[in-house]
Amino acid sequence: MTRSNTAAIEAAQIRCDPVRRDFWGLLLLAPALALLIGLFAIPAVYSVLGALTGKAGGPSLEHFRTAIGLYGWDIVFTAWLVCLSVAVIALLAILIAGYLTLGANRLAVRALAWLYRWPLFVPMICAAQMMRGFLAKNGMLNNALVASGALSPTTTTSLLDWRGILITFVWKQFPFVTLLLAGAMASLDRNMIEAARDLGAGRLRVLFGIVLPLVRAPLLVGCVLTFVTLMSVLSVPVMLTADSPTMITVDMAYRINTFGDYGTANALGVISYLMTMLAAWVYLREATRERR
Amino acid sequence: MSLAVLRWVPRGLGLGLLAFAVFGPIGNLLLWAFAERWYWPHALPSQYGLSFWSRVFAPRADAWGSLGLSLLIAVLAVIVSLLLAVPAGYALARRSVPARGVLMLLFLLPQAFPSLPIYMNIARLFYSVGLNGTVPGVVLVHCLHGLVLAVWISAAAFAAVDGAQEEAARNLGAGPLMTFATVTLPAALPGLMASAIFLFLDSLDEFTGTYFVGVPEIVTMPLLLFNAAMGGNYQIASITALVLLVPSIVFMLVIERFLKADVLAKIGG
Repeated sequence: MTRSNTAAIEAAQIRCDPVRRDFWGLLLLAPALALLIGLFAIPAVYSVLGALTGKAGGPSLEHFRTAIGLYGWDIVFTAWLVCLSVAVIALLAILIAGYLTLGANRLAVRALAWLYRWPLFVPMICAAQMMRGFLAKNGMLNNALVASGALSPTTTTSLLDWRGILITFVWKQFPFVTLLLAGAMASLDRNMIEAARDLGAGRLRVLFGIVLPLVRAPLLVGCVLTFVTLMSVLSVPVMLTADSPTMITVDMAYRINTFGDYGTANALGVISYLMTMLAAWVYLREATRERR
Repeated sequence: MSLAVLRWVPRGLGLGLLAFAVFGPIGNLLLWAFAERWYWPHALPSQYGLSFWSRVFAPRADAWGSLGLSLLIAVLAVIVSLLLAVPAGYALARRSVPARGVLMLLFLLPQAFPSLPIYMNIARLFYSVGLNGTVPGVVLVHCLHGLVLAVWISAAAFAAVDGAQEEAARNLGAGPLMTFATVTLPAALPGLMASAIFLFLDSLDEFTGTYFVGVPEIVTMPLLLFNAAMGGNYQIASITALVLLVPSIVFMLVIERFLKADVLAKIGG
């Protein structure tokens, strides 16, 4: 749109009655907002109220005491596993996006760009089913390790425990963060990178010293979105392992399906909100630090 | 050997490992889907065949019902979501709306919250109004899931439309609705198509919300996969997973043609 056009439209808009303009805009937004309020805001308020209302009906923290008493280790395990997954995903994304940006060989770059995207839209539940086969004692991973001589058939172990959940999360989510990061890196000023390379900086040095500080914002966004996504995955921990500790999503489903215990389930839900808020706070702190 | 050839050793190793990590799980799934018999400690199935496929897709088997139900819910979710998101996106992009930035962020909120606790409370609310275990109930939950992207992509698609063409149409005497239908909408259509495809796929793959809200009547493909997997039937679970995998991979391969760079650049703007 050219500048004169924008000015003309603005002039036309000013001529309209501002109250009427707002009315039509809000009317168009109303149905979507209604869905957002009915199916998100109200259930969110419900979950917080449910967690804070005791069995007697008054405000109480008893559900939190039950939740922490029964599932304290699961809460710690969930936070640790999700953080570890996000860290591994971020590192993998940095290395792959870095090679896509700084790689010297065009053929290798194109092969990598073609390769990394495949899991991007694979449903989480399909990834879980794949990994149940791939990581099992008799799965393709162990068979490949045996064939390569790294393991003998008697020393293979099933990876279907926390490692399985970690591997599935990384497999499913790293392409998303890589895509965000590679996009951001591709829009950087090439001259600066070339200059650093000409001055003799190694590729890893350029990646971590020059490129990465410039794409911190999209990296953080990808990490926070991944954190939130992984916090609410139910299928992967249920399908991959029956071990304890497990993720709190499994506990929430269990409290509801087995006991109809919405109080404890909602307390766990609120704890997962708090963890997410903590992640969002870290993000906001980093994002503002960058601006300063 | 020249240096250029030697350099392919680490490259090939890295690419090979990544290829194994990416395709290994998919390959393992394919093996399970076509395995008739596979006993430990054999590295590969001892017999291949299609007998489980014929069981899954027998005329009266659950899979056809689930597939039909999944497609029905996905189509309805796309229609309802677009009916909500297209006006909202248009308003956010082309109309003056008070507190526009806050509203854009508001649509992002469901994405910034863990969804499982929300779903279990939706299920509780739906139970009291009789929407639990019904198609409309599941469609609504899928709409919530896809609404953010639908609204944001629609807003970006409308923002990328050239205002000069609309003005020309108005100058030639077309009314506002006529202008929207003949100029604005066709120009925004590729972006809206991308949004529709995304919503369709999102609904097809959705598990957690359906698990809480659809239970026990609504068994979509992901629920069928889950039930088969928990029942210990590897072949049937793998076949269902494979059926779900096809649209996801196809989408991944074609998405760039639908999402034009000019629309992508405006997302969130």
